Amino acid sequence: MHKTRIIKDKAAQTIMFALTVLAILLVVAIAIGLYLKSMPVLQDKSLWSLLFSSEWRPMKGNFGFFPFIMGTIWVTFMAILLAFPISVLTAIYLTEYSKPVVRKIVFPALDILAALPSVIYGVWGVLVIVPWISQHVAPHFVEFSTGYTVLAAGIVLGVMVIPLLISLFIEIFSGVPVELREASLALGATRWQTTKKVVLRKTIPGILASTVLAVSRAMGETIAVLMVCGCVIGIPKGMMDACYPIPALIANNYGEMLSMPLYESALMFAALILFAVVLIFNLISRIVLYRLGKTEK
Amino acid sequence: MKIARKKKLRESVAKLFMWCAMLVVFGLVISVIWTIFSKGCKAMSWDMVSKLPGGGFYIGKEGGFLNAIVGSLYIVGASTVLGLIVSIPVVFFLNIYLKKNSKLAYVARLAFDVLFGVPSIVYGAFGFTIMIYFGLRTSLLGGIIVITLLIIPIFIRTMDEATRNFPRDILDASFSLGATRWETLKVVLRQIAPGIATATLLSVGRAIGDAASVMFTAGYTDSIPTSLSQPAATLPLAVFFQLSSPIPEVVDRAYAAALVLTIIVLLLSISGRFITNRFSKNKV
Repeated sequence: MHKTRIIKDKAAQTIMFALTVLAILLVVAIAIGLYLKSMPVLQDKSLWSLLFSSEWRPMKGNFGFFPFIMGTIWVTFMAILLAFPISVLTAIYLTEYSKPVVRKIVFPALDILAALPSVIYGVWGVLVIVPWISQHVAPHFVEFSTGYTVLAAGIVLGVMVIPLLISLFIEIFSGVPVELREASLALGATRWQTTKKVVLRKTIPGILASTVLAVSRAMGETIAVLMVCGCVIGIPKGMMDACYPIPALIANNYGEMLSMPLYESALMFAALILFAVVLIFNLISRIVLYRLGKTEK
Repeated sequence: MKIARKKKLRESVAKLFMWCAMLVVFGLVISVIWTIFSKGCKAMSWDMVSKLPGGGFYIGKEGGFLNAIVGSLYIVGASTVLGLIVSIPVVFFLNIYLKKNSKLAYVARLAFDVLFGVPSIVYGAFGFTIMIYFGLRTSLLGGIIVITLLIIPIFIRTMDEATRNFPRDILDASFSLGATRWETLKVVLRQIAPGIATATLLSVGRAIGDAASVMFTAGYTDSIPTSLSQPAATLPLAVFFQLSSPIPEVVDRAYAAALVLTIIVLLLSISGRFITNRFSKNKV
């Protein structure tokens, strides 16, 4: 009786350990799997020409990812530019100013925003944002625009990262000790001065790390962006140009790529780039956030 | 006096900006929900959710998208069960078997945070390479595998959060009565049950709405799959494919499918918050 209990305990430990290690190894498995698949194109072309050439002719075997990389950067930059101020201000209000009642109303709204699937944002973008840009915004800048632009993709993506940014910011701001705020208030500073000079200054690393996290989230979004970005191959010159980010490229061509091994390999290389960038961004920002969490306690 | 007034002015300006930001957030929520509901309700009918696509469905003839609803339920149901089977032991291992400042636990948490951030299209591409390796075609099984991989990090992260603050005293009480760690699980399980429920709802929400990963792996079909090796339709892809059609009746169906998807996700999100609020009170 005694022995079987110990054996059960040890067996459970071994199985759980194995499962944990396997789950961790998933990161490595994804990297290896995508790397092996992108080997053919890496052997055929230099890394430099893949990343910085603009010539995209899969049928001739020319794979220049530069337009897609620029598309991704443009869209992501746009999204963060729009989402960042809104998220910081909302998070400050919720942590520094608001009464609990306000939070009870705002949190469920943020929950909804966070829960909605990508494709729903895509539908919303197509129905609301794209026509709005084409009819009201674009005429101020260019002669004609369908509305499927960097700006449209940026707005839709921005809305999608807002709940993530707000929840990260709220966590960071509430980590600042109340005593620090009270000290500042006791010296006669107003709430806003306290927020600006104490809370924000103390949380700069956390704010940066969260933003990097949001950038990596925005970069990988596929369906919503695919639906509103226009999907025209070319380096966007402004926010009124159509663009073609990497995830949209992969999703759009998954069917036809099968007929050409090198094409498939090139698309897997695109997925590998995306994975590598997201991995590095995530590692850096998570480690920073962990450190911050530790020093506060 | 002048400085005091300036201070006050700045304070009100800052507040004004914050109010504007909050209004924008609320406006966005209302705009998205209203758009989906107003378009979806117009296009909604009983046939949509109860019938398979008929002949000539894609040129605007009769039929519904029951195939997508059932396909989504199959994939999400199976991967939720698989995900729970993998992630509950991992969470227990991290929190009960490992010491508080163990290196393995640190690496594991970091790995799951990173996996959580990996875009679904990358999961899709990776799942696709696995499927090719094993000689699978786009199928229900492929969709299940990829969605399982996708939601495991979500499961582990959310449950870990619920278990991390688990009072050490309860564990000690159980150990001091002579229970092994394995037997202590029963105690822990009962305490973190609400956490598991919330994690499940969250994962189901993510799983049912994800389009990029199933696009590669589950494919799309007009019928309900009868075996694991057949392709399966999913709701997000039903929205995506039908929205790009030039025929208004087909686009209407995309709106109806979007409405169904939104309602499911909203229900999941609301019940998740309800469980958190309701049960966090009774916890020790």
